[in-house]
Amino acid sequence: MAGPWYREIGRAPGSPHAYGIIYSKFHSAMSHPETNALEIRGLWKTYGNGRQALNGIDLTVRPGDFFALLGPNGAGKSTTIGIVTGLVNKTAGSIRVYGHDTDTALEAAKAEIGLVPQEINFSQFEPVIDIVVNQAGYYGIDRPLARERAEKYLKKLGLWERRHDRSRTLSGGLKRRLMIARALAHEPRLLILDEPTAGVDIELRRSMWDFLREMNRAGTTIILTTHYLEEAETLCRDIAIIDGGDIIENTSMKELIARLNTETFVLDLRAPIAAAPAIDGYRFRLVDASTLEVEVNKALGMNALFRHLSEMGIEVQSLRNKANRLEELFIHLLDRNIGSDAPA
Amino acid sequence: MPRPSPRFDRYFVAYKTIVVKEVTRFARIWLQTILPAGVSMSLYFIVFGQLIGPRIGEIAGYPYIQYIAPGLIMMSVITNAYSNVVSSFFGSKFQRHIEEMLVAPIPSAIILAGFVTGGMVRGLLVGTVVTVVALLFTELSAHSYPVVVATIVLTSVLFSLGGLINGIFARNFDDTSIIPTFVLTPLTYLGGVFYSIELLPPVWRSVSLANPVLYMVDAFRYGILGVSDVPIALAFAVIVGCIAALWCWSLYLLNRGVGIRS
Repeated sequence: MAGPWYREIGRAPGSPHAYGIIYSKFHSAMSHPETNALEIRGLWKTYGNGRQALNGIDLTVRPGDFFALLGPNGAGKSTTIGIVTGLVNKTAGSIRVYGHDTDTALEAAKAEIGLVPQEINFSQFEPVIDIVVNQAGYYGIDRPLARERAEKYLKKLGLWERRHDRSRTLSGGLKRRLMIARALAHEPRLLILDEPTAGVDIELRRSMWDFLREMNRAGTTIILTTHYLEEAETLCRDIAIIDGGDIIENTSMKELIARLNTETFVLDLRAPIAAAPAIDGYRFRLVDASTLEVEVNKALGMNALFRHLSEMGIEVQSLRNKANRLEELFIHLLDRNIGSDAPA
Repeated sequence: MPRPSPRFDRYFVAYKTIVVKEVTRFARIWLQTILPAGVSMSLYFIVFGQLIGPRIGEIAGYPYIQYIAPGLIMMSVITNAYSNVVSSFFGSKFQRHIEEMLVAPIPSAIILAGFVTGGMVRGLLVGTVVTVVALLFTELSAHSYPVVVATIVLTSVLFSLGGLINGIFARNFDDTSIIPTFVLTPLTYLGGVFYSIELLPPVWRSVSLANPVLYMVDAFRYGILGVSDVPIALAFAVIVGCIAALWCWSLYLLNRGVGIRS
C-alpha cells in the first residue's frame, strides 16, 4: 500500500484521488439526475430577540441552475443562506440539498455546498494557500489532493502568485476571490455566493462573472445574492425575490423581464429645448434643457419616437436606460409588496 | 484488522487539519506562546528557589526548590493549555473563521477534539521547556513515569476544555481574561504549588480539598518525588471526572451552537 493506511480508505476503483465522500456524491448524482439542487419547504426563522426573519418560505433550485436570490437589506436572504449552510439554526421547516435532508443527513447535505459569505471570514494571519488547503481538510480531503485543488483554483482566480502571502495583505477584491477558491476546495455541486462582488471594481467583477459562468457551464449549480441587479440579470436564469421574510416572486428571469411593459430612457439632446414635448403614448419629463426622460411602452417601440422627435426638430445625441430593467421590476415588486402589507 | 469506514477516514483528516492549524498558529507566535513561561518560571526558581527557599528549609523531606518544581511545571501547563484554547477559539469566533468548520461536514466532537489537542500540545511543549529550566536549578528524577505522563496529559486536556468553554461564552476580549485572572490563578496558587496543605490549619486544609488543581499538582508531585497530600487514585478519579463533565458540557454547547450560531 502506498502511503499511510487512511489514504486508501474509501478510494473509488480506478480513481487515484476519489475518496468515499466524492465517490458517493458522484454515484448519487448519476442515480438521481433530476434531484433538485435545493428544496426549501415551510422555512421559518424567529431570532432570540423575537425578530421574525422568515415566514415559512418555499424555494426550489434546479440542478445546473444559475439562480438569483434578491431582496432589500434585512429581507431574509442571508438568514436563508445561513440556515441552508448550517450557520443559523432554523425555527421550523425542511431543507433538502441534492436530496439530502439536513435533519437526517446533515453531513451529506453540507458536503454538497460551497459557501462564499458576505463578510470576509478567514483568518487574517494565515497564508493564502493554507486557507484553501485547510478548508479542503475540513471536508476530509487529505493534504496531497487538497494542495492540488488549491493550486487549481488559486491559479484560476489569479491568486497563485500570492499563495504564500498573509491573507490580510490582499486587496478587497482578491479577498473575495480567495473566498471563492476556498468554497471550491471540495468541488461542491451547489455554490452559494452571498454578495460576492460587493465593493469589487468593475474589471474584477466582470472577470468573476466569466469565472462563475464557466463554473455553471461545467455543471455547478449557483445561487447568487447581489445588490447589483445588472449582475443578476446578466448571469441568472431563475430568480426569487424575498421581502420581509416572504418570497414575493419566484420565476425565470426571462418570464420576469417579459412582464416589464415600459422602459425609461434618458435622451441627451444636441440642442437645448424649452419644454418637454407631448407625443401620444409616450410620457416625457424634462430633466434639464438638454436632457429628456421618456417612458416607452413596449408596444410602441423606439422607431416611432425618433420619427416624432425628428419631426419636432429635436435631435437626439445619445440615449441610455435610466435603470437596469430588472431594477425597475424589483422596485415595482417591492412597492407592490409594501402596498399589500398596508392596513386597509 | 477491519478497515475503518470512509467516514472515519474523513473525520480523521478533518481532525488532523484542525490540530495542524492550531499547532501552526501558536508555533508562528512562539515568542508570545512558548518563551514567556520559560522566562517567568526562571524568575520563580531564582526568587523562591534560590533566594527564599534555603531559609524555608525542607518540605516532606525535599529542599524547597525541589518541592515546588513539579507545581511550577504543572502551573505552566495549566495556564498555557487554557489560554491557548480560549484565545484561539475566541479569535476564530471574532474573525468568524470558525464558520469554515461550521459549514463543513464535521461533527462537533471532532472540532472539540481538534481544539483540545492543540491546547494539549502547547501545554506539553511549555511543560517541557519549564522542566528544562527547572533542571538548571535543581535535580529532578521521576518516581513514576506513567504517573508523570498521565497527569500532565490529562491536566492539559482538562484545562484545554475549560479554555474552550470560556471561549464559547466570551463576547469580547475582556471575557477571555476574567476567568484566568479571577478563578484560574487563585486556584493554581492555592492548589499546593508552593506549599503542602499539611502546613495549613485544619479548616483551610478541608477547603483546599475542594480545589481540583490540588489533585493535579499533587498527582504530578507524586510522579516526580513520590510524595502527595492526597491519595493518588482519588487524584486521578477527580481529574478524569472533571474531564468527563467538561467534555459533555462543551459538546452540548457546540451542538446547540451557543455563542457561534444564531
